Amino acid sequence: MTAVLPPRAPAQRPTGGKLIDQFEYGLDAPICLTWELTYACNLACAHCLSSSGRRDPRELSTAEAEGVIDELQRMQVFYVNVGGGEPTVRPDFWHLLDYAIGHDVGVKFSTNGVKLNKARAAQLARTDYVDVQISLDGATAEVNDRVRGTGSYATAITALENLAEAGMKDFKVSVVVTRENAGQLDAFKALTDSFGAQLRITRLRPSGRGADVWDELHPTMAQQKDLYQWLLANGDGVLTGDSFFHLSAFGEALPGLNLCGAGRVVCLIDPVGDVYACPFAIHENFLAGNVRSPGGFQTVWQQSELFADLRNPQTGGACTKCQHFDSCRGGCMAAKFFTGLPLDGPDPECVQGYGESALAARDLELVTPKSHIDHSHKGPVRGQPTLLGMPSIPPAKICDESPLAGLDLR
Amino acid sequence: MADTALVTDPAAGTSPAAGEVTIPADELPFDPSLPWQKSASVALRPEPFGALVYHFGNRKLSFLKSKPLVAVVKALAEHPDVPSTLRACEVPEAQHPAYVTALATLSRSQMIEKRSTP
Repeated sequence: MTAVLPPRAPAQRPTGGKLIDQFEYGLDAPICLTWELTYACNLACAHCLSSSGRRDPRELSTAEAEGVIDELQRMQVFYVNVGGGEPTVRPDFWHLLDYAIGHDVGVKFSTNGVKLNKARAAQLARTDYVDVQISLDGATAEVNDRVRGTGSYATAITALENLAEAGMKDFKVSVVVTRENAGQLDAFKALTDSFGAQLRITRLRPSGRGADVWDELHPTMAQQKDLYQWLLANGDGVLTGDSFFHLSAFGEALPGLNLCGAGRVVCLIDPVGDVYACPFAIHENFLAGNVRSPGGFQTVWQQSELFADLRNPQTGGACTKCQHFDSCRGGCMAAKFFTGLPLDGPDPECVQGYGESALAARDLELVTPKSHIDHSHKGPVRGQPTLLGMPSIPPAKICDESPLAGLDLR
Repeated sequence: MADTALVTDPAAGTSPAAGEVTIPADELPFDPSLPWQKSASVALRPEPFGALVYHFGNRKLSFLKSKPLVAVVKALAEHPDVPSTLRACEVPEAQHPAYVTALATLSRSQMIEKRSTP
């Protein structure tokens, strides 16, 4: 285990006081956790936080996944956020969904909608204790497909239509706010309302392939300000996964948990069973253990050194001297890490501007940390995102260029 | 959010769980003289500071911020009313109003329910 955090005094949990202070010292089991079932995905989104695309041959088997669910039930983890990759491309996805629900583990799963035909939508509408969120990163096909790939907007809309038609209640449209769609918040709300769905917006992180596009896609300071105002005005009807707590340093605290929950109240189980502090931290520095090891998930959650380190409030560093520290608590650990900033310093999107100066002050030689976990598609993908330009596909055989190429016709 | 409250409402604590179902609040004020119990669809998960409370029906999440309150919620079913429960759990008289307030919050979010048998 690599030490990733600045040294801190040993954790001493206070008695009473604010709940958020208790959360900093961790819980006996996560409130909820993210479980990515597969790295396989039909899409190749430019900002994929888990660099998904190809299935990993070591992914948990059906029996192993059932074992994890049994353990979550014993630990009284009452719901999981299931994602991927695209979780529904796992052939046992629907079985695992039923298995979890049958074991008092509610499921909220994220999907691009590829498998949500009318029959599946009807099945979901009949199932209690399941929540669906359809990912959409543009309120128009033009904005969405540039990032998520040609045709992905149409797929998502079809899935939303199917869910609405089946009478599914409380399904979500899940949006990652980017520089390109930040101006579409009202349009997203209108689109979501038109399906009787609920809008969920979350923060773009420089994680996975997100690191490659973060400079280009993360909202500008002006957009962050607008987003903050929009959340204050619309916050009650919009879910955020508490992911915008760094915006609280603009002034008023946003609804929800204004705290980094990594390793304290949430974590990630990845498709091969590795347990990371949070879904945005797939990197060996944030790897706490594996569910396949003796003692399983419970031992990882309760005994890993990394999580013990994280369950210890930050007491030093530049941020603790800032008057806004109580509101933003230094922001997002993963955002700092993958932009090469110190973990006890400002968030790269610090709304007081300290992030921008910290980014500017980075050593020119600095190589930002890169995850060695990459399941991105190796070859071209149908409809792949155009954000990074049109893909150029080198000819596989010389005659793909011209039937006469290489022929000496003399 | 009242930081000193013994119980945290879902809205003030953290994101609600898998669903966002809103159940209309019980219009009747909380009556401590009636017999109460932890709701049948509620699970209590012990935590170092108290307990996490989860309602499988409305999927609401709440937190009990003291271990004595956890004991009170569990003991409700064995006593005819709230005051006798509090006495049985040796809650000091001066703290009874705070406990009644906490239980009223829990009844609004349906974490505890009236019981028909005395």
